[in-house]
Amino acid sequence: MMQSMAVPPFERFYEAHGAEIFRYLVRLLGRQAAEDAFQETFLRALRAYADLRHAEHLRAWVFTIATRVALDEHRRRRSPKTQVTDCYLEENGSGLATGDDPPAYAELAELADNLPHTERAAVVLRYGYDLPYADIAAALGSSEDAARQATSSGVRRLRRRMT
Amino acid sequence: MTVPAELDRRFRESAVAEGLVDVGYDLADSPIGLLLVAATDQGVCRVAFDPEPERELATLARAFGTRVLRTPKPVEVVRRQLHEYFEGRRRAFELDLDLRATPAFQQLVLHELARVRYGEVDTYGGLAAKIGKPRAARAVGGALNRNPVPIVLPCHRIVGASGSLVGYGGGLERKRALLELEGAAI
Repeated sequence: MMQSMAVPPFERFYEAHGAEIFRYLVRLLGRQAAEDAFQETFLRALRAYADLRHAEHLRAWVFTIATRVALDEHRRRRSPKTQVTDCYLEENGSGLATGDDPPAYAELAELADNLPHTERAAVVLRYGYDLPYADIAAALGSSEDAARQATSSGVRRLRRRMT
Repeated sequence: MTVPAELDRRFRESAVAEGLVDVGYDLADSPIGLLLVAATDQGVCRVAFDPEPERELATLARAFGTRVLRTPKPVEVVRRQLHEYFEGRRRAFELDLDLRATPAFQQLVLHELARVRYGEVDTYGGLAAKIGKPRAARAVGGALNRNPVPIVLPCHRIVGASGSLVGYGGGLERKRALLELEGAAI
């Protein structure tokens, strides 16, 4: 019989993923909007937490919630590009993408900043956080093929810009 | 980049304000060491001497629900009353308790225990007799040993038939310190 891991106390889950989710949201939304999105992400997680039956894929699960919150925020905004760029520039000198960030993340994150939202999320999740396509698909609310496509078209776009 | 402290605090407060927390807990300093205190929306559900929350949190999650979060608000009252108790300014606790996860026999014992007053002591056999089970002194001892809310429910006031301190979930030194604080004749 497969034994499923018990759902950890929320505090443990929050401690384990809070910081990386915050960094991810700063990357997608800029510092200021990331704070609201962070709160919203973990409140949504908390609302759903009591119904979780096992502890598998918790990391992918919370990235999914964060991605949806971020995409909702993008949809809500009128002129997202300017704001995101502004926020990012503001943050640029102050310790983003340092320390315990995934190694591939630092250079990638900066490059990915001007991609369309879905492609940016896909590229950062795939190469920054090493999530498999199935999890990225769940995070984007799309099929696995669409997640692959978003990732590779994001990468193609980056290549075109670099040449 | 870690989560900014202010943002972290705001999230924890909102979680409580929206009623999304099964158990709120925090640590409290005391003269007998750091305590972990926890409460549900029904009342105080845990006072623990071992402030290493690792095992404690898993137990709380199993008993009351997985949404266990460190946050000061739900335990503000119990922390304040414990502080007053340790300063000698409080002789009785006025707190709602959540003993849902406690078996019926143990609840019976704890209920009787709550009547043993500040500065007084009783014996395991005495308590057993009071709940109508005079031969259940050992079972009473076991029930007290698993008291989820020590200090608040004063299992430190129960001693052996000879008057010796015998046992205490938090260790005999703590039991002695609590009885001395209360000025009990031991």
